[in-house]
Amino acid sequence: MVRLFRQNKIVGGLYSSLGQEAISVGTAYALEPRDWLAPMIRNIGALLVKGFKPRDILTQHMAKYTSPTLGKDGTSHFGDLKVRHVVSPISMLGDLIPVMTGIAMAGSYLGQKIVAMTWIGDGGTSTGAFHEGINLAAVQKAALVCIIENNQWAYSTPVRRQVPTQDLADRAKAYGIPSYVVDGNDVVSVYQVSKEAVERCRSGQGPILIEAKTMRMKGHAQHDAAEYVPKAMFEYWKARDPLDRYEKHLTASKLWDAQTKAEIDARIERELQEDLEFAESSPLPPPELVEQGVYCEGCHTIEPDWRRPKEELVPPKSSVAAVWEVEDFGAFEKREEPAAAAKHSTVLASGDGRRHPAQPSARKGKAAKTPTRNKVRR
Amino acid sequence: MLEAIRQALFEEMERDPAVVLLGEDVGVYGGAFKVTAGLLERFGWERVIDTPISETAIVGAAVGMSYLGLRPVAEMQFIDFIACCFNQLTNFVAKSHYRWGAPVPIVVRGPSGGGVHGGPFHSANPEMYFVHTPGLKVVYPSTAYDAKGLLKSAIRDNNPVLFFEHKFLYRRVKEELPSGDYTVPLGKAVVRREGRDLTIVSYAAMMHTSMEAAEVLAKEGIEAEVIDLRTLLPLDRETLLASVKKTNKILVVHEDTRTGGIAGEIAALVCEGAFEDLDGPVLRVTSLDTPVPYSPPLEERFLPDVQRVAAAARDLARY
Repeated sequence: MVRLFRQNKIVGGLYSSLGQEAISVGTAYALEPRDWLAPMIRNIGALLVKGFKPRDILTQHMAKYTSPTLGKDGTSHFGDLKVRHVVSPISMLGDLIPVMTGIAMAGSYLGQKIVAMTWIGDGGTSTGAFHEGINLAAVQKAALVCIIENNQWAYSTPVRRQVPTQDLADRAKAYGIPSYVVDGNDVVSVYQVSKEAVERCRSGQGPILIEAKTMRMKGHAQHDAAEYVPKAMFEYWKARDPLDRYEKHLTASKLWDAQTKAEIDARIERELQEDLEFAESSPLPPPELVEQGVYCEGCHTIEPDWRRPKEELVPPKSSVAAVWEVEDFGAFEKREEPAAAAKHSTVLASGDGRRHPAQPSARKGKAAKTPTRNKVRR
Repeated sequence: MLEAIRQALFEEMERDPAVVLLGEDVGVYGGAFKVTAGLLERFGWERVIDTPISETAIVGAAVGMSYLGLRPVAEMQFIDFIACCFNQLTNFVAKSHYRWGAPVPIVVRGPSGGGVHGGPFHSANPEMYFVHTPGLKVVYPSTAYDAKGLLKSAIRDNNPVLFFEHKFLYRRVKEELPSGDYTVPLGKAVVRREGRDLTIVSYAAMMHTSMEAAEVLAKEGIEAEVIDLRTLLPLDRETLLASVKKTNKILVVHEDTRTGGIAGEIAALVCEGAFEDLDGPVLRVTSLDTPVPYSPPLEERFLPDVQRVAAAARDLARY
C-alpha cells in the first residue's frame, strides 16, 4: 500500500494499522456471521475477517469503479447490509457508536440475538457522540461491544493530554457497564476477552467496553512522519510487535512449523498479487455516476428479518399501562467505595494473569440486593 | 393539525410493526406537545422509546434501526434541538445511500416555528440547513390533511425525511379529515388559490398569512395565485414554473430568515426556467435576519404579517 501511495496510485490518504493488527482481527473473530460490526479507519483487518477481500480495500483506496462504493468513497468507508453485516464508517469520530447501539436495539426488537461491535480511538472517546451512544446503550441494555483502541496518539496529541485517567476503560463505571483492559498487541488475549464480552452481550447483560492498549507505529496518515513521537517509544513498542509475538506463540506452542508458515505466506502473496493486478487494471468510474444514487428511488426493498412473532409487537399484546414504577426516591445514601479489584477485568497476556471479569461496580452488586435501589421501568 | 399527526403515527404503527418511535419524553408523558399521547399504552415499551437527552444518539440509533429494516420516527422535542444532531444528519444520514448504497428510511420530526413567544431557542425554522443537504427530504405542511398524508408518505419513503410541524398551527388549524388511509405525495406543491395577477409562494404558517393577504388583495381587484410548497426538498419546479408562466409575477413568503432562505433558491430557478415570462422582479417577504426574539412586540416586528405580504403584492402587481 505504501508503494502504491508513493506511485500516486492511491488517490487520497493512506491510514496505517501497523502495530494495531491484533485488535481488529482478534475482536472480529469473536463475532458470528449474523453479528454486525462497523470499522474505523484502522480496522481493515476486521473487514477481512468479515469476508471482504484485499481487492475491495485496494480498489477503494485507488478510487476504482470496481470498488464496493464504485469510487464514491475511499479507504475503509464501505459496508454490506445484506450479507456481511458491516456498516460503513464516516470520518467524524464517535458517530458510529449510537448507530451500532441502534443496530443492537433493533436486533433485540426483531428477536435476532445479534451483537453489534465497533471501535473508537483514544482520541475519539472525547466526543459527545461516544458518550451519548454508550449511555443510550447502557440504559437500553443494548448488545454493543465497544473497543477503545488506545494507540497512545490522537493524530499528534498524546493520550495524557486528552484524558486524565490511566485507563480509558474506567469510563465504563460512569455508565454502569462492565469493562476490560487487554494487551492489544496479544491477539490471543484480545480474542479471549472479546469472545467473553460478545457472549455476555448476547445473553442480554448490556453493553461492554474493552480498552486495548497498543501503539500506532506510523503517523496519523502516510503524509505524517510522526516526529512528535519519542524514538524510545517506537522502540519499546517495536519489541512488542503483535505479528512477531503471535508467530512466536504459534512456534512455541507447536501450532505451525516453518513449512506451514511458508505455505501461508505464499498463499497471501499470491492472493495480494492477483487482487493488485485486478485493482490496477480496473477502470475509474464514469463521470456521469456522480449524479446517481443520492436517493433510493425504489432500488432497495426494505423488510426486516423477523425472528420473533410480530403479534407480540402489535395490539392487544403490545399494550401496556404507561406508568413508571419508581421504587427509590433518589435520596442521598452513604455507600462504600467500590473495591479496587472490581474496577474492571485486566488481561495481561494469553493464559496468564487473567482475572475474572467483575461486576460493573461494587455498587451495582450491592444494589441488586438492596430494595431501595432506583429501579425505573424501561 | 396535532391530532392529524398523532393519527398518522397511530395508523402507521397499526399497519406496520417495523414503525417505532423514539425521543425525549415521547412515551409515558406523550411528548412535550402530546403528539405521541396514548401511543405507549397501545404499542408498548419496545415501540415507543423514551430516550436520554441525546439528540445525536436518538438519530444515530434510528439510523442503526433502519439498517435492520425498521422505520423509526425520531422526535426532536423542539426542532431547534436538531442542531445538536446536525453532524449525524448531514454526514451520516444524508450520505449513506450515495456513499455505500445503504438506505436510511427514518423520519425526524418536531415542532418548529415562531409566533408563540418561544424565544431564540424554541421558535426556529432551521429547514434551510437541510434543504442544502443532498440526500435528505424536507417536508413542512400547512394543513391537517397534508400533515397526516405527508407524514404517512414520509414513514413509507425509503429515504430520510425531516418533517417540520409548525407549532403555531398545532391547535389552530382544524379540519374534518376523511376516514381511512390516504397519503399525500412528497415533492409535490399544491395551488391553494387560483389567480391571474401574481403568484404568492409559501409554506407552513405563512401559507395561511398568504391566503389572508390574497383575500385582502381580491377586494382590491388583485387576483393572487397562492402555492403551498409542502415539500421543500425536492422542490416542485414544475408547479412553480407553470404558475409563473401564467401570472408572470412571483412573490415568495417565508417565516425563515431572509438571507439564505428558500426565496433565493426560488428566485434563481424562476430566472433560469421562466425569465422571459417575468413582468416584474422576484420579491420576497420574510422574517428579519436576526435570531427569533422573545418579547411580543419584537417577535411581531420580526415575523411577516398580512399587511407586509399584501403591500409587497400590491407593489409587484403594479409592474
